[in-house]
Amino acid sequence: MNSTSTSKRLWDAFWQLANPKVFMGWSGRWLPWLVGLTILFLGSGLIWGFFFTPDDTRQGSTVKIIYLHVPAALMAINGYLLMFVGSLVWLIRRQHVSVLAAKAAAPVGMTMTLIALATGAIWGQPMWGTYWVWDPRLTSFLILFLFYAGYIALWAAIEDDDTAADLTSVLALVGSVFALLSRYAVLFWSQGLHQGTTVNLADGAKQENISNVFFQPLFLSMAGFGLLFVTLLLIGTRTELRRRRLKVLQARERMQ
Amino acid sequence: MIQLFMRDIGLAVRSGGGFGLALIFFLIVVVLIPFALGPDQSALALVAPGVLWLGALLACLLSLDRIFGLDYEDGSLDLLASSPLPLESVYIAKAAAHWLTTGLPLALAAPLLGVLLNLSFDAGMALCFSLLLGTPALSLIGAFGATLTLGIKRGGLLLSLLVLPLYVPTLIFGAQAVRSASLGQPFDVPLVLILAISLGAVAILPFASGAALRINLR
Repeated sequence: MNSTSTSKRLWDAFWQLANPKVFMGWSGRWLPWLVGLTILFLGSGLIWGFFFTPDDTRQGSTVKIIYLHVPAALMAINGYLLMFVGSLVWLIRRQHVSVLAAKAAAPVGMTMTLIALATGAIWGQPMWGTYWVWDPRLTSFLILFLFYAGYIALWAAIEDDDTAADLTSVLALVGSVFALLSRYAVLFWSQGLHQGTTVNLADGAKQENISNVFFQPLFLSMAGFGLLFVTLLLIGTRTELRRRRLKVLQARERMQ
Repeated sequence: MIQLFMRDIGLAVRSGGGFGLALIFFLIVVVLIPFALGPDQSALALVAPGVLWLGALLACLLSLDRIFGLDYEDGSLDLLASSPLPLESVYIAKAAAHWLTTGLPLALAAPLLGVLLNLSFDAGMALCFSLLLGTPALSLIGAFGATLTLGIKRGGLLLSLLVLPLYVPTLIFGAQAVRSASLGQPFDVPLVLILAISLGAVAILPFASGAALRINLR
């Protein structure tokens, strides 16, 4: 009995954090710390990774692009996930902060997708002999980029804020289903075309058989990218909230 | 619902309704392909499955903004919204009418156009079947996109931007079926998957589109 009331209180307190006023309070207090931590983790991870790790025997120094590529790819997917959750929460609970967070996540996630694609292409040229292969992973990321583009374009096209929030949320939900479907459809499609050697190479470079020498700075860099994502997300959400307040104030001024 | 369906078909078939335009567009795309790639028969046969699917898909895009756009402008969509018919059913009726006036003719005409691109008879049959099963998904997804961009002035370009990424899985399976058939391989798996996408779209998209229509008519 007691535990249920405690969990209910925690539940309410959690949603209280999404109250715009409360949100502005805590996010404003946390933001400087987050910026500092981001610089610390990202800086140390990248500097360690770029200058204090040995070259790979096969890949030479090109292996070091992993410290940008993998964390960016991770954040690109997390960004879409956050967009999905934010849209769902908006449609169910009508929490303005959640849909504005989804809106703020889209450009950040899109940029991360672009970083992952670009660094992958730069690494691919010396390693695979080509900038671009129609490999399942690469293709899914390109499609992810298109989904981000559509979502952002729909936000930009609709004038009324609440209508835009509702329609983009519907798009994000349906889009997520189709993005997932595309992911598996692409696997199916590419099996019919390629022999999967390049895929194995990509998997080999990215997964378990990675030595700690490379993994430790990579981990720092991943944490740094995560912090960077959260920081940009909070800044974006705060900007959106302020823009809305400004709109209300301007409307009120015109009334007088 | 059936009356609405018949009315939409009537409007589409009447002159100026755009019926047949999609077919002509499809024909022109197919005619332009040899100009772009050269008249080599074996090269054409190689790209024919993908090109025909892509052409049908683009032809489907053309008439999407008409599905709801005209009714939204002249206010008949408001009337439909205040009728006892749920908006989900309105969406289904309109998507079905779009399919019957666009998807079905495209699917039936595609094997004939395949002859122009040196597509074998078996592959032509596979193309016809895969389009028959796949164009409902194209119409449903497209009509969903049309409900999202309803209130936007000149939303045609945005509509394409939203809908084309959603078409990716359908295109992949459809073109795969035809490609397998043209190589003499079995193509039942992609056909079943494409049917799954169409059925999934029937199951999910009416609710999303109904919600989007209600938001737009608010």
